[in-house]
Amino acid sequence: MARDMSDKDILKMELEQLQKEVKNTREPVSKTTKEIYEWVEAQAAEDPLIKGVPEDKNPFKEKGGCIITCDFLWQN
Amino acid sequence: MGEMEQMKKEAEALKTQIEAARKAAHDTDMASAASGVAPAPRVQLKTRRTLKGHLAKIYAMHWCTDNRLMVSASQDGKLLIWDSHTGNKVNAVPLKSSWVMTCAYAPSGNLVASGGLDNMCTVYNLKTPVIKTVKELDAHTGYLSCARFLSDTEILTSSGDTTCVLWDLETGKQKTVFLNHVGDCMCLSLSPDMNSFVSGACDSLAKLWDIRDGQCKQTFQGHTSDINAISFYPSGNAIITGSDDCTCKMYDIRADQEVISYQDAALNSGVTSLDLSASGRLIFAGYDDFNCNIWDSLKGEKVGVLSGHDNRVSCTGVPGDGMCVCTGSWDSFLKIWN
Repeated sequence: MARDMSDKDILKMELEQLQKEVKNTREPVSKTTKEIYEWVEAQAAEDPLIKGVPEDKNPFKEKGGCIITCDFLWQN
Repeated sequence: MGEMEQMKKEAEALKTQIEAARKAAHDTDMASAASGVAPAPRVQLKTRRTLKGHLAKIYAMHWCTDNRLMVSASQDGKLLIWDSHTGNKVNAVPLKSSWVMTCAYAPSGNLVASGGLDNMCTVYNLKTPVIKTVKELDAHTGYLSCARFLSDTEILTSSGDTTCVLWDLETGKQKTVFLNHVGDCMCLSLSPDMNSFVSGACDSLAKLWDIRDGQCKQTFQGHTSDINAISFYPSGNAIITGSDDCTCKMYDIRADQEVISYQDAALNSGVTSLDLSASGRLIFAGYDDFNCNIWDSLKGEKVGVLSGHDNRVSCTGVPGDGMCVCTGSWDSFLKIWN
């Protein structure tokens, strides 16, 4: 855990990580963000929190007042 | 030059190289790139349920994959399992330690987990006639901040000891220790394809890890304080973070950098939690100021707010089908909105 490590060991760990990360390829933001927003736009039509949930299909609609119907069989 | 001085010099040179490579890729940002996208509609969600039952601050909640049950954790020393459709409590799990900071539902629905200042992750089986503790995962040397099941046999945890750990639930042992952060790890999120995860920490960094080889692949900078909340974007190629610096950010994985920041001069409370709508278009972020703000993830604009809690919003969760958003608060209530 980083807490038990000496300052030198922490520095060594950070340095080794930077040596790895410097080799990563990075794609242009114009390309990567376009893919993200196109993906989102394709999904958004079906996103319940954007298009809204119709009352009759909403499992969380507020429980309304209950009408209790009882059939009484009156017997003499 | 001493060895440490030499290493520091080399590290600075590498950081400069990385920044230059990021800058070269930064030919635009998300808001500009998405300028042609129609704005998200103003989002006005109503409270559909207020779940009352906890007796103290709620620290965490997590939806079950059935989109109906959810687990919540409170410092009243209990995990509660709720049926969100009826609002009823289905189960109560008493905790050995009431200092809980996280809870998780296994994708199967069979198990839940919790952990906190006891430094342990405890796993419970909900399907035995009486709820049983099946494992106590005990190797972290700091608090447990987050836990997420990959399956009934593997769970990932993040800890105040600066590490994340992948555990084997059959043996109760650590399979992989993910060590690279230099501050408390506060949160984690699994990628949609389950091959990687991201962690956020008090060193202000978010890191992307390969679950199988244990390596940190990428580090995302930009926040100026603790990252308390993190989530993979549903497309799998971006992450959203929330921080004590009062902002949320989107980091693009393939461009290896921040592409948009969600902030407002009027907002000066830290972000505690966040989750995304099904398409990723909306970010629901919980803040210390008792609200949950709704951001348009592509434009960077605030499009709504969920107000109703009387204390800090500590946890936020959207179920897998995206049908609602749940907020949990220090006011001891959970609310469901859509």
